[in-house]
Amino acid sequence: MSRTIKGQSGEWEIVIGMEVHAQVLSRAKLFSGASTEFGAEPNSQVSFVDAGMPGMLPVINEKCIEQAVRTGLGLKAKINRRSIFDRKNYFYPDLPSGYQISQYKDPIVGEGEVTIDLKDGESIKVGIERLHLEQDAGKSLHDQSPDNSFVDLNRAGVALMEIVTKPHMRSSEEAAAFLRKLRAIVRYLGTCDGNMDEGSMRADVNVSVCRPGGYEEFRKTGSFKSLGIRCEIKNVNSMRFIAQAVEYEARRQVDLLEEGGTVRQETRLFDARLGETRSMRGKEEAHDYRYFPDPDLLPLELEQDWIDSIAQSLPELPDEKRARFIAQGLSPYDASVLVAERELADFYEDLAKGVDAKAAVNWLNNEILGRLNRDGLSIAQIPVPAAANNAIIQMVADGTISGKIAKDLLDIVWAEGGDPREVVDKRGLRQVTDTGAIDAAIEKVIAANPAKVEEIKLKPKLAGWFVGQVMKETGGKASPAAVNAALKIRLNLPDEG
Amino acid sequence: MSDLISLTLAEAREALTAKEVSSRELTSAFIQAIEAARPLNAFITETAEKALLMADASDKRRAAGNVGALEGLPLAIKDLFCTNGTRTTAASKILGNFVPPYESTVTQNLWSAGAVMLGKTNMDEFAMGSSNETSAFGPVFNPWRSRGSNTNLVPGGSSGGSSAAVAADLCLAATGTDTGGSIRQPAAVTGTVGLKPTYGRCSRYGIVAFASSLDQAGPMAKTVKDAAILLTSMASIDPRDSTSAETAVPDYEKLMAGSIRGLRVGIPKEYRLDGMSTDITALWDKGGRWLKDQGAEIFEVSLPHTKYALPTYYIVAPAEASSNLARYDGVRFGYRASNPHDITDLYERSRGEGFGAEVQRRILIGTYVLSAGYYDAYYSRAQKLRTLIKRDFEQAFEKCDVLLTPSTPGAAFGIGAKTSDPLEMYLQDVFTVTVNLAGLPGISIPGGLTADGLPLGLQLIGKAFDEGTLLRAAAAVETAADFKAKPAKWWTA
Repeated sequence: MSRTIKGQSGEWEIVIGMEVHAQVLSRAKLFSGASTEFGAEPNSQVSFVDAGMPGMLPVINEKCIEQAVRTGLGLKAKINRRSIFDRKNYFYPDLPSGYQISQYKDPIVGEGEVTIDLKDGESIKVGIERLHLEQDAGKSLHDQSPDNSFVDLNRAGVALMEIVTKPHMRSSEEAAAFLRKLRAIVRYLGTCDGNMDEGSMRADVNVSVCRPGGYEEFRKTGSFKSLGIRCEIKNVNSMRFIAQAVEYEARRQVDLLEEGGTVRQETRLFDARLGETRSMRGKEEAHDYRYFPDPDLLPLELEQDWIDSIAQSLPELPDEKRARFIAQGLSPYDASVLVAERELADFYEDLAKGVDAKAAVNWLNNEILGRLNRDGLSIAQIPVPAAANNAIIQMVADGTISGKIAKDLLDIVWAEGGDPREVVDKRGLRQVTDTGAIDAAIEKVIAANPAKVEEIKLKPKLAGWFVGQVMKETGGKASPAAVNAALKIRLNLPDEG
Repeated sequence: MSDLISLTLAEAREALTAKEVSSRELTSAFIQAIEAARPLNAFITETAEKALLMADASDKRRAAGNVGALEGLPLAIKDLFCTNGTRTTAASKILGNFVPPYESTVTQNLWSAGAVMLGKTNMDEFAMGSSNETSAFGPVFNPWRSRGSNTNLVPGGSSGGSSAAVAADLCLAATGTDTGGSIRQPAAVTGTVGLKPTYGRCSRYGIVAFASSLDQAGPMAKTVKDAAILLTSMASIDPRDSTSAETAVPDYEKLMAGSIRGLRVGIPKEYRLDGMSTDITALWDKGGRWLKDQGAEIFEVSLPHTKYALPTYYIVAPAEASSNLARYDGVRFGYRASNPHDITDLYERSRGEGFGAEVQRRILIGTYVLSAGYYDAYYSRAQKLRTLIKRDFEQAFEKCDVLLTPSTPGAAFGIGAKTSDPLEMYLQDVFTVTVNLAGLPGISIPGGLTADGLPLGLQLIGKAFDEGTLLRAAAAVETAADFKAKPAKWWTA
């Protein structure tokens, strides 16, 4: 996927910005005490405030504010000590008050930055324009009855963070990488579960195209005139769809421009089934939301000490963790893969305790991830805990078992459970380094294959065959190094040159 | 029994304490008076049965030695306060059958203090009006009539049912709400006392919202002392209202006692309007002398942005109202148009049929001033003016403790006299809206009668959260005015 797209008349650059709605992880809603749990019976988690009953007033849930600040800090963004909640007015049956409480001119979080690492090892910075808090709406259900629409207000009033980027992404790959990185950050922070299937993270993607050089000009001058007219694509709710939507939309705009047309600033809907975008409403049909400060809520003022205490409680974030892993000897690629999911990184850290980092990451990549994938499990569901895997790696390192036995051992504990060290003892899987036992096995193999013994004197390369036979004789438990050494002496083989 | 209903709240409290009367007897007397006064149309919902139950419960509590601050005292509640299990309409067809499953903080405070609810009083629809004529439940008639006249007059508004009920002895006192003068103006034209507390003093939780940054509940009573007693119970610090002040509630009855010697009283010169009636100017001058005679210092002050107050108010209040009233859409509760053919039709007809003309006018104004391209010219400038108006008061209060003004530009007018010209109606609030815009406390005290025998009020304005001083000054005016007149009870004839 490249940053340009080829048209009849030459190259075009793709420029992408994003608005991500991330549901705040909190037990209660933004302005009421009702529960936010997903999947409850319709309208079972609705307070009088959420239902917009007469005389009901919003009261800010401090936990949601803390989560927004935490996210802002994780995005290396400016925390605005004074922010204002505004009303965004429009009529819709799943919007009980007839307005959504949001933040318009004075958001809680200002400019920040996210670094994304691309496959080719390049990393780019995507600017964050702002983050603001707002209420989610309820859900209209049109497919329950031929005559009626139903409304479920469980989601109404749940806190969302709207995170707006600058137009700093240049390809569908970068857009998807940004969203993955953002998801990793909020998951590390514990401020959003990042679950796109349940809609707790949703993205609107802004796409425009311009002639080569336009983007660089924009970065230099900050003038949006250097960029093309953008379209906002709504409802892009998976990583895969982002790539599809961007590719489709960029192509559509290039074709339009090359036919002599102009791109209309509009909101478009992504149809995942057809893999295309289609017009929802133009700029001129855009709602007039009549924003004004919500008189039921005072301006939100934050103490610097409180912000500082949240800053001090932040966990190690993906970028820092990645740097640490690289310093421990991992390749940048391995480090990036590990930190993408906090659970994977945590598992790795337990796995690598007291063993060689490279050995641990190889074990993870070659043995664990394959088995998880085969069984359709996530790292959190792994049947063999990190400590048990760590024990296996240690046993290989100190020569207790061979690499081959290690894989068999993992299969055993994966299927049956148990402590790997006990399994090794009970099943006699310990690597044989006892020269007596190895010598006995060698004699047995020599006695059974006199012809081969003659042959090897002429063809020393046949030694490998002998090693295999001896290993077989010992049930794979013999140390290959010890077998090699003993064979060399017994058969009087020359040193390999 | 008629002597029972003419008691003040404080007198009734004494009579109950002395066991001269029970809450049931007192309540029954008011229930009879309310039934007899139905021609006034002061109540939208009478709650006689509930009142007697509450009275009996109160008598039991008293017998057990458990006596609240308002124990057994029957009150009327403006129909803007949500009352759990009792219909709350805001005098609108759109909430005509709405029964809240929750109680407003202010009324809960009253019931917790032992008070008894007689019913829900009539008002202008969603508190939008100054004459009680916009009510979907019909106008309220002022108990007062001009001397020798049978013409029905308005009781003021929007708390017109409450003012009429207090003036006609249909309750000991009542609650009102005041967004631009809705407590003080009706009090003034009915010869009663009406207090709008500092914004944030009484919780707005459970009060049907009109303009959130201006709305404030307050007492309407027969005397200043009664207003002080009632406010002490109505006010509270409420975590359910983010704009509720975190200032402890003092005992206003205690604070209002004492002399006003040395009190600095400002007379804002900008309140002297061209063409003001001589009745009003004479009363205003008299008010100043009354205070001076009791040891106060009187001097002129300037509130230079006063002339912008009404236009500012009629941008800010409708803007907030247009948004606050969006929830009445026929979807979840309240009036719904029959057989809508789609969602837009449901909205348009439910709201078109459910809201009255004045409410629709204000929603239109509010929507307009918030619209793209007009916001800066109207709403944004109005907010700036509001800041300037607030600053005017701050500067004036550096020099004085209270301000004295008329409450209204005139006495009660005839039903229908001003309904054809909304601007003339809006002028009723010219002396009161400034106080809401600045969030300050204001009180209207009966000062005297016009030549035609209709009551007029004087307004005192105080510093934020200084209701104590305000009430003390009001008591001084009350003492000097010695207003004893009562309307003739023509409705019982």
